[in-house]
Amino acid sequence: MTMVAEPISTQGERASETPLLAVRDLRIEFRGKAETIVAVPKLSFEVKPGESFGLVGESGCGKSTTAMAIMGYLGATGVVAGGSIRFEGEELVNAPAHKLRAIRGRRIAMVYQDPMSALNPVKTIGAQLAEVPMLHLGASRVEALDMAAAMLKDVRLPDAGDMLKRYPHQLSGGQQQRVVIAMALLGRPSLLLLDEPTTGLDVTVESAVIDLIGELRRRYGTSLLFISHNLGLIAESCDRVGIMYSGELVEEAPTRELFGRPRHPYTQGLIDCIPDIRQGKHSRTLAAIPGNIPLPSERPRGCLFGPRCAGFRAGLCDRAGMTLEPVGERHVVRCVRWPELEVAHRELPPLSGESAAPAAEITFSDITKFYHLGYHKTLKANEAVSFEAGKAEIVALVGESGCGKSTLARIVTGLDRATSGEIRMAGENIAAIEASARPKPLLQSIQMVFQNPDSTLNPSHSAGFSIRRSLKKFGIRKGKAAIDQRMRELLEMVRLSPDFAARRPSQLSGGQKQRIAIARAFASDPSLIVADEPVSALDVSVQAAVVTLLLDIQKTRHATMLFISHDLALVRHVADKVVVMYLGKVMEKGTVEEIFGGATHPYTEALISAIRSTKPEGAERNRITLTGDTPSPVDVPRGCRFASRCHRKLGSICDREPPPIRRMSATHEIACHIPAEALESPRHPDEASDRS
Amino acid sequence: MAIFVAKRLAMMLLTMVAASFLVFAVCEFTPGSVARKSLGPFATQEQVDFLTKKLRADDPLLVRYGRWAGVLLGIIPDPLQDPSTGLNFKDPRGAQYFGNFGYSTLNKLPVNDVIWNRLGNTAILAGLAFLLIVPLSIVFGILSGLKEGGVLDRLLSVICITFTSIPEFASGVFLVTLFVILWPVLPGTSPLDTEGGWSVPSQLVLPVAVLVIYDFGYVARMIRVSMIGVMEKPFIRTAVLKGMSTRQVVIGHALRNAMIAPFTVLLLQINFLISGVVVTELVFAYPGFGRLLLDASLFGDIATIEAATLITVAIAVTTQFVGDLGYMLLDPRIRLR
Repeated sequence: MTMVAEPISTQGERASETPLLAVRDLRIEFRGKAETIVAVPKLSFEVKPGESFGLVGESGCGKSTTAMAIMGYLGATGVVAGGSIRFEGEELVNAPAHKLRAIRGRRIAMVYQDPMSALNPVKTIGAQLAEVPMLHLGASRVEALDMAAAMLKDVRLPDAGDMLKRYPHQLSGGQQQRVVIAMALLGRPSLLLLDEPTTGLDVTVESAVIDLIGELRRRYGTSLLFISHNLGLIAESCDRVGIMYSGELVEEAPTRELFGRPRHPYTQGLIDCIPDIRQGKHSRTLAAIPGNIPLPSERPRGCLFGPRCAGFRAGLCDRAGMTLEPVGERHVVRCVRWPELEVAHRELPPLSGESAAPAAEITFSDITKFYHLGYHKTLKANEAVSFEAGKAEIVALVGESGCGKSTLARIVTGLDRATSGEIRMAGENIAAIEASARPKPLLQSIQMVFQNPDSTLNPSHSAGFSIRRSLKKFGIRKGKAAIDQRMRELLEMVRLSPDFAARRPSQLSGGQKQRIAIARAFASDPSLIVADEPVSALDVSVQAAVVTLLLDIQKTRHATMLFISHDLALVRHVADKVVVMYLGKVMEKGTVEEIFGGATHPYTEALISAIRSTKPEGAERNRITLTGDTPSPVDVPRGCRFASRCHRKLGSICDREPPPIRRMSATHEIACHIPAEALESPRHPDEASDRS
Repeated sequence: MAIFVAKRLAMMLLTMVAASFLVFAVCEFTPGSVARKSLGPFATQEQVDFLTKKLRADDPLLVRYGRWAGVLLGIIPDPLQDPSTGLNFKDPRGAQYFGNFGYSTLNKLPVNDVIWNRLGNTAILAGLAFLLIVPLSIVFGILSGLKEGGVLDRLLSVICITFTSIPEFASGVFLVTLFVILWPVLPGTSPLDTEGGWSVPSQLVLPVAVLVIYDFGYVARMIRVSMIGVMEKPFIRTAVLKGMSTRQVVIGHALRNAMIAPFTVLLLQINFLISGVVVTELVFAYPGFGRLLLDASLFGDIATIEAATLITVAIAVTTQFVGDLGYMLLDPRIRLR
């Protein structure tokens, strides 16, 4: 462990520079009444002046805890039990309160994950921003407000004067995050900690926020410690990256080197298990990392990743005292077998795919859902949505929050009724029948997999309970023995051992819970599965496994699937057909090849462009940054819904008239004023590299 | 805003009608007739029958309720004041006016002559208690909510829970024992006159103390829970990591948020203090509203009970309205959309 940072500090011109932030052998414990949890056993890294360092890892790996330890804010039970955190040469561990106060907000500032909750709901933006200069720069209230207004302009918020008087709830998520960034920068800090700064924001908003951070960093020369689980974001925003696993750094290297030649099996696995936007459905299977991240109390001896690693060798990988070994210029890895494993770059088998044009399983025609909110106020959740899904097809519904994709799912499953329009399934119009009025066979044939497995499983029932209940209710099997037998088969189908049936949801990991939810959904042999963001709450390494499983089952069961997602890369990997929605209306629909091929709607184009890839060549794309925010569904634009944010807007016609539907092919439709020929011209620079 | 106020007023009227009718109906089941109670135990059965007939007390419930409402609204004269009843009930305001609560058979006086005076007395008691309960509970609640499970929290929690769990009659007797018998510095009864040689302010000390001791701990617990919730919010972390001191964070960021939920609870205490202080008023022989209501109920003095009901409902609805306005002031999310 002594050689941890050696390779970094002996290399090149940076050796002379003193690090801005130096974390050495940091050990963080949470001391409860019953037990002590070691969140971070021993962690060392550095951030150099002007540098952007990315800390990547999945939930529970200790990355946010590390950030909080730097800020000296670990809560009542958290303690730094060892090691040091030096910032500009000063020790932060156990620093006196007054010293911490002088550093916080002034020299180290932080941008938080959920901007809505990070802002005080009862104070104006102006009051909250002005606090920083008043506290640290000795500014008067008036001066502080002037500085706040200037900073709001810097973070590209329109009408700064008006913004200062507003309250957080009157701002959109993207605007709130800009306010939080402005707040962090007001003290002119030399180090900015970004803790998942865009998680929870829409992709196009995320893209704009990331661009803003990059630009502000160049202007102010602020160093960044960028914490994220999103490899793509890190790849584009950071100079150097450290990969964390279960509280340890397993690999650290300059960004290009790390993503170009990942050495640790975990890093390789992480990169392989995220779907690539440039690769379509039948290109390759997603490489899932087996198993789960160990709990801090159940860390294995030796290599922490050992139990999940394909290259694990007993006697070699389970020896204590693994160190970070240099593998190249400023590149270190914590793996004893890296020289042997280096060549083991995985060739992933292509998915066998037969695509026929099947008969329609479910047809949506002109589905409209209005919620009336009092006088002359109507929330238009869906308007004239039409598409169809063939038997055993996967149709992806894509769009950002508020586009109406979840409302549509609610109508299909009968949790809500459509205002008008038809959903035909097996000849019957189900658009206006609520679940309580649906006959049993219909209920049985449509099942749903929900987004958050934590809240959809009843914590007081065992995992097997919900599967058994489904089997019993729909009369799939009769008799206790037969039901239990079928339940075991279903558990086996989702690759869980039968003894999981007795466990409570609290004893299951997120991925396991979602497997149970999938088993429950398939228990009634449905012909249609509605999957509403089924993996977005899961860790990346687990996501791939669950998606692969879901696809496998869907294929063997010949079930049709409505796959609701905001993740276009995943959609490209999963879907046969794609429906792109914006503010309740369909912007574009077509096959996956068509949507991700040449001609697309400007909104789809922006969505695709917003995706950050870990592949180095991905960075050279022309990025489209959308301005502004999605308008409110209560007050929709009169013409094209997307007109207010469109980068290819033709002129006033877009604001005045609803766009015509351009038929690009038998299956491909685009709702846009731009003529078909102009839409046809290739706009994706990265399509050129798709040949590989 | 005008619509909001109008809605609230309509709700208040509806609640009053419902409450007064309920009370009217329940009084039906209390033993003894209005005539018998008005005339006293020594009247002959003929006199009682005559009065019953005169008052048309045998009419159906709804008719009599309508008549009572008519008297209240000043549409019809009060039948009890009719000289032909021989009761000699006289209201200087006349027999027919708006807001005529009728004649109290218990006090042999118009209800309006009795009730406002008593309400005033209770308002003094309640007002003083409220003035002490608010700051005490806020200070206790905020301090103990600051660090859940800390030494200060435990100490203050023990004080709050102990005080709240002692019933008013017990703490009343205890205080009387201490300050009236063992160390006679205060009067043991509070008739609000100076005949006993004690000044009126000195007579208020013990009743107010009993109410404060009983009530503030409860409110403080509510504020504590709210404060604990707020201190765990991410925006508090934001404030701390801006470099603010604990005091700045609490005063600048936590306090207002922590007061949003307990604000209603605080206002509910006004209702409790007006109509729920019977025990304290009894212990100290305080001529208050609660005791009037108790006496009237025991006697079956329906006019007084109804009047007290309407006043209580009006106070409850008003405090609720003030509560809503307070919410709007405290929380911009309700005020502005």
